Amino acid sequence: MLDYGLFAYASKDEVLEKSSAYWNPGKTQFWIDSGVPLVIDRREGYFLYDVSGRRLIDVHLNGGTYNLGHRNPEVVAALKQAADHFDIGNHHFPSLARTALAEALITTGPEGMSKVIYGSGGGEAIDIALKTARHTTGKRKIVSIVKAYHGHTGLAVGTGDDRFSKLFLADRPEEFAHVPFNDLAAMEAALRGRDVAAVIMETIPATYGFPLPEPGYLEGVKGLCETYDALYIADEVQTGLMRTGELWAITKHGIQPDILVTGKGISGGVYPIAAVLVSERCAGWLTEDGFAHMATFGGAELGCVVALKTLEICNRPETRSIVHHASDLIGRGLERIQRDNPGWFTGIRQNGLVIGLEFDHPEGAKHVMRQLYANGVWAIFSTLDPRVLQYKPGILLDPSLAEELLDRTALAIGRAAEEARS
Amino acid sequence: MSNGMLRRAQWAARAFAGYDRAAVDRIVAAAGEVAARNAARYAEWAVRETGFGVAEHKTLKNVACSTGLLAEYAGHDYVSPRADAATKTVSVPRPAGVVLALTPSTNPVATVYFKILLALMTRNAIVVSPHPMAKECCSDAARTLAEAAVAAGAPDGVIQVVEDPRLPLIEELMADPLVSVIVATGGTPVVRAAHRSGNPALGVGPGNVPVLVDRTADLERAARLIVDSKSFDNSILCTNESVLIVEDAVADRLVSLMRGAHPLSAGETGRLRETLFPGGVFDPRFVGKDAGWIAGQAGIRVPAGTRVLLAPFDLAVPEEPLAHEKLCPVLGVLRVPSAERGIDAARAVLRIAGAGHSAAIHSTDPRTIMEFGAAVPVLRVSVNAGNSLGGSGVHTNLPISMTIGTGYAGGSSAGANLQPGDLINWTRLAYHVDAPFGDFTGLDPWSSPEGPVPRYPEPSNARAVPAATAPATPAAAGPDALRAEIRRLILEELASMARR
Ligand SMILES: Cc1ncc(COP(=O)(O)O)c(C=O)c1O
Repeated sequence: MLDYGLFAYASKDEVLEKSSAYWNPGKTQFWIDSGVPLVIDRREGYFLYDVSGRRLIDVHLNGGTYNLGHRNPEVVAALKQAADHFDIGNHHFPSLARTALAEALITTGPEGMSKVIYGSGGGEAIDIALKTARHTTGKRKIVSIVKAYHGHTGLAVGTGDDRFSKLFLADRPEEFAHVPFNDLAAMEAALRGRDVAAVIMETIPATYGFPLPEPGYLEGVKGLCETYDALYIADEVQTGLMRTGELWAITKHGIQPDILVTGKGISGGVYPIAAVLVSERCAGWLTEDGFAHMATFGGAELGCVVALKTLEICNRPETRSIVHHASDLIGRGLERIQRDNPGWFTGIRQNGLVIGLEFDHPEGAKHVMRQLYANGVWAIFSTLDPRVLQYKPGILLDPSLAEELLDRTALAIGRAAEEARS
Repeated sequence: MSNGMLRRAQWAARAFAGYDRAAVDRIVAAAGEVAARNAARYAEWAVRETGFGVAEHKTLKNVACSTGLLAEYAGHDYVSPRADAATKTVSVPRPAGVVLALTPSTNPVATVYFKILLALMTRNAIVVSPHPMAKECCSDAARTLAEAAVAAGAPDGVIQVVEDPRLPLIEELMADPLVSVIVATGGTPVVRAAHRSGNPALGVGPGNVPVLVDRTADLERAARLIVDSKSFDNSILCTNESVLIVEDAVADRLVSLMRGAHPLSAGETGRLRETLFPGGVFDPRFVGKDAGWIAGQAGIRVPAGTRVLLAPFDLAVPEEPLAHEKLCPVLGVLRVPSAERGIDAARAVLRIAGAGHSAAIHSTDPRTIMEFGAAVPVLRVSVNAGNSLGGSGVHTNLPISMTIGTGYAGGSSAGANLQPGDLINWTRLAYHVDAPFGDFTGLDPWSSPEGPVPRYPEPSNARAVPAATAPATPAAAGPDALRAEIRRLILEELASMARR
């Protein structure tokens, strides 16, 4: 019996059945077929527990949503305390919590950021960024990279893979140009007409499997933006919040973006919120018509409190140091595992704790995912490049869990090789 | 807050535990050197911030706990494994891990230096939680040493400091399972809390030092040493003498020889008692203040240059405030008919407080000295030495220490002066008695780090091939030359200070 008070199920099978019947049959079946029939029950720190009681180390973390661990005690305490005083708030009025978070984001953000606009999820925040770029430049066209992923809302979906837009008749090729990653010539060709409002870039494209920008690529893109009067939008939804060992990955490239988008992790994993940081140049519409983008839940005050706490934790020197230590250990550990699996484990794409593991098989990461799941680790394949496994350990990881994770990973990668080749 | 620090320390400790001796020596030397260079600055800062003590004396302790400590342990090795063919065992040192160090207000920076250097010698990470009254100077000192240590190759986060040490946070830290050992110096409540925390703790209790002068003593020398020691750092240390016990036959002469000590009349003693202990409770305003000022507060006129007030009383019993620890340059004086009665009196003083800590004796009669040592329940006795620098090993051959174990008598698991060896365990590889022993010569499981630890998280496609690293500190001279240099420095500094 799975009894949670408000709802109860006789068994895990009943959950899966009803999930198919009432929620999403496609997704439900996909995970059953993939050998990952996970229904998450308890969650704590970097552990997930299936309703069967099985423990999993979470290195998916929903793309960084659980950077600080599931139900981080400090974050949960901040939420509980806030709930005694605040609620979502009224989005029309100046607000205590929204203002405090905005100030904190600007003062800790990359140089040149001036104002903050809120959304309730990453996609909405991306839409805000794109609308802002169009307003600022008076141009309509947006350039993104092939296999980019910026979310599935109205405009964001246009920047991504056709798979998600065509289905809904939402593809608009005349407005959204896609150019290959790491190809400055293609980027220049797309910008040369000077009709582009903005280039939007994940600092490391997550859903594409974390291919790393070649040294100089992002800097080059920024240069081209300046040359052809397009804005640079940094999507830091997955790469931000200390994951690469600095608060925002884009600053490791010395780039001052015109617009920066954060989501996922800023929620502390407990209250949906996303934010767009814009430069003074891009902030014009907030004066011209402050009501121009409206969302009841955007910048909900409870979310702001949670985000403020989350940002503070991410910004601690201790957190930064832990990320540096953990990246070092995990990087070396993965190199060792790679040496033991030549011809199969073919690449490590690592920037801090943003890591992609590349396998020599078109669906290699799905095999590894399944074997990891069987060995107590939850990591997800890259939707847009299933050769590559997304591997994102938590930023407050402790050394013994890191060692345990590497042990499990070594075994799973070896087993996956046998599975993929049989 | 707490979690992040200890987690970071845990990572640092993990990395540090793999360092070899050469790397450790470099780091210890760098931290010790910067500590010594700042000894006077932090001494003055501590006095300014706490209002306690004497800057000059604190400088001396800071030097003792930097240069002195390095010299003392220069030949020691807490890093390399040792093989012993005779017992067919190999011993591998194993650092504690994360040391949580509580440091006091009375002896602030010296204790910070001391605990940090011990932690570095033994490859431990340390989190310093300073007493709130001394948090500015202590945090700054810890940060200075941390920077030097990391610059010399120590792992990032090896030394951290609790910037805002409030009681709930400290209790939370002490109880945290990430702490490997607590080294607590401070008041009884803090030490008890450390022992209660559930973590291994080396806590040391308070002192209340009796000093016996018998008829065989070199009175001239005893008089000088007692006044110097009692007035040292305005008597705020747990090692300063608290009650002078003197044989009647030599009492008048001893007192007359105590230059700088002012004997109070019975009436004056009464006024002083009421001033220092209003309602029987010690007034903390007097902690670490100088003798002239204290006398003034009690309305007592004393000659200029008075460093110690001698306050006679009759019986060491709990209701006699002057028989308790006083933390200021007021020395209780008890006259006794014989050395034997003097030993009884010393036991009485320690029944009130300070059991397990220290005592002193000035005598030339080994029989009395032995009887004193056997009967008085303390774990160190300074003989013909002042106890403030005797008990802490500066003027005796005890280990130099700012953390004085009070042992079982004093409610502590640590009975000796805290030493580096207290912060490690040894893994023993023990062969079957009949099995042939292996040849371990030249085997060292540890290594020096290549470059900063951890390495900066460059993207993997931009990572430079690590260059062969050159250590930043003067290791070129070799550890022996370095040690000789340190020894020379300490001798010079101590000579110029201790014997003004
Ligand atoms: C880089 C990036 N941007 C934007 C989004 C969209 O965020 P959300 O799912 O909250 O709409 C995602 C989500 O996966 C993402 O990975």
